[in-house]
Order: sequence, then C-alpha cells, then structure tokens
Amino acid sequence: MFSRIVSSALFAGAAAGLLIALLQYVFVQPVLLHAELYESGTLIHFGADPVSTVQNVAGFDPLRDLLSLLFTMLTYCGYAFILVALMGVAEERGAIITPRNGMIWGLMGFVAAHLAPAFSLPPEVPGVAAADVLLRQYWWFATVALAAISMWLIAFHFTMVGIGAAILLLLLPHIVGAPQPAEFTGPVPTEIGALFAARALTVGLVAWTLLGAFCAYFWTKEGEAA
Amino acid sequence: MKTTTVALTADNHTTDSRTGLMSAVFAMIIGVGIVAVTGHVQAAALHDAAHDVRHATGFPCH
Repeated sequence: MFSRIVSSALFAGAAAGLLIALLQYVFVQPVLLHAELYESGTLIHFGADPVSTVQNVAGFDPLRDLLSLLFTMLTYCGYAFILVALMGVAEERGAIITPRNGMIWGLMGFVAAHLAPAFSLPPEVPGVAAADVLLRQYWWFATVALAAISMWLIAFHFTMVGIGAAILLLLLPHIVGAPQPAEFTGPVPTEIGALFAARALTVGLVAWTLLGAFCAYFWTKEGEAA
Repeated sequence: MKTTTVALTADNHTTDSRTGLMSAVFAMIIGVGIVAVTGHVQAAALHDAAHDVRHATGFPCH
C-alpha cells in the first residue's frame, strides 16, 4: 500500500502543482508584484502624488518563477501524500474512491487547509502587518488539523454527535482567536490586499478540486495496475 | 481444517489492514513534513525561494 500511496501522490501532486503554478502565475503573481511596489516604497499610498492603479509590474523572472513552480509542485505533492493516504484508509473501511468524488475530497481538503485558517488569517499580501510568524504557524497547523478532523467526521460519522463535534472543532480556533498584530502598518492599498486574498483563495479552491480528482484518479489507476 | 483456513484468512486480513494503516500514517507524516519544509520553515534560503508560493497558498509568511 505504501508504494501505491507514494506513486499516486507524486503523480497527482506534480500534475496538479503544474496547473496550479500556471494559474498562480497568471492571476496571483501580478497582484503580489503590484503590492511589492508599495512594500518596497517604489509607490507610496496616500503620498504627495496620486498613484495610478495601472502599474508596469516586473515580467517573467526565470529563477524566481521556476522556483515558484518547483515549490508549488512540492507543496501539492505534500498535500497529495496526506490526501491519498486518507483515501486509502477510507477505501479499506469500505468507501469507494472515484475521480468524481475525488473532487469532493479535494473541496474538503480546501476547506481544511486553506479556507478554515483564512477565516482568521487571510492570505497575506506582502507588506501587511502581522503577529509573530511562529505563533501564526502554530495556530495555522492546529486550525488545519482540527478542520481536517471535522471534514473526516462530516464525511464518515454523519450523526448528531459527529456533526456537533465537527462544528465545535471548526469554531474553536476562531473563538480562541488567531495571533494578530498590535497595530496595522501595511503600506499596500486595501484594494490590492482584498484582490490578493480573493485570488489566492479562489486559485486554492481550483487547486484542491484538481488535486482531489488527480489523487483519486492515480490512486484507482495504481490499484488496477497492482 | 475449515476452521484453520478461516482463522488464517482472518489473521492475514488483520495484518493487511494494519500494514495499510501504518503505510497511511507514514505517508501522512511525509506529507506534513513536505508542507512544513516548503511552506513554513523560516531558513532564509528556503523562505526566499518559496516566498511567492507561501503568500499565494495562504501560509503565514515573514
């Protein structure tokens, strides 16, 4: 089973990662580069002169963009390891895995790993004020783990107790509260920050849906081959 | 004789499902490890290389 998980996760993560990196390059990266003009002080929001909303952001940067491609593929390979392993456990317990319901697995993965933490720590545009990175990372991992357990409960323990526990686990980190900065010091216009968060989340939604479908596809295909 | 066969099958099944669960747990540990390295470790070289991905993927960065 281990080699089946590894090979399907690598195929799924690489395939999904490649498509996601392209989507991020077209829709997220230009917003990030625009924000960096304010972060670096090249542009100044509410400065002496009004600043045009249209800016000529840096274009293709081979090293930077190739590293982004590589790290996107690696990140989604990491997520694929987890998703495929969970699919394997579910299948052993009688669940049927298909590329079609793999998309639902992916959507639940998106809720757990992207949407749940974003509810209190939205995707950050460069330059925003934020609390200590280590504290935010602890909170992020705890929130994602609890949300993942919630998704499993909703999928496989659809009872009053299961749903009740899932709702509590989803709410808990936000009631406790994410680490927040003492003051807001971001130099980037809110319009850019909002667009960045919306783009990052929507690309994340597409990413996870693709990842779920690919994971299920390669998982079942590797199973037939074995 | 029949009982022995059934017992063997049952035993094999248990072993299979245990190996399966262990495999899944190992795979998940590797997965979390990869995401931690690409998305969270603050070493300067890693941070700079993964910078844009960390922002775009909604990981806490900086």
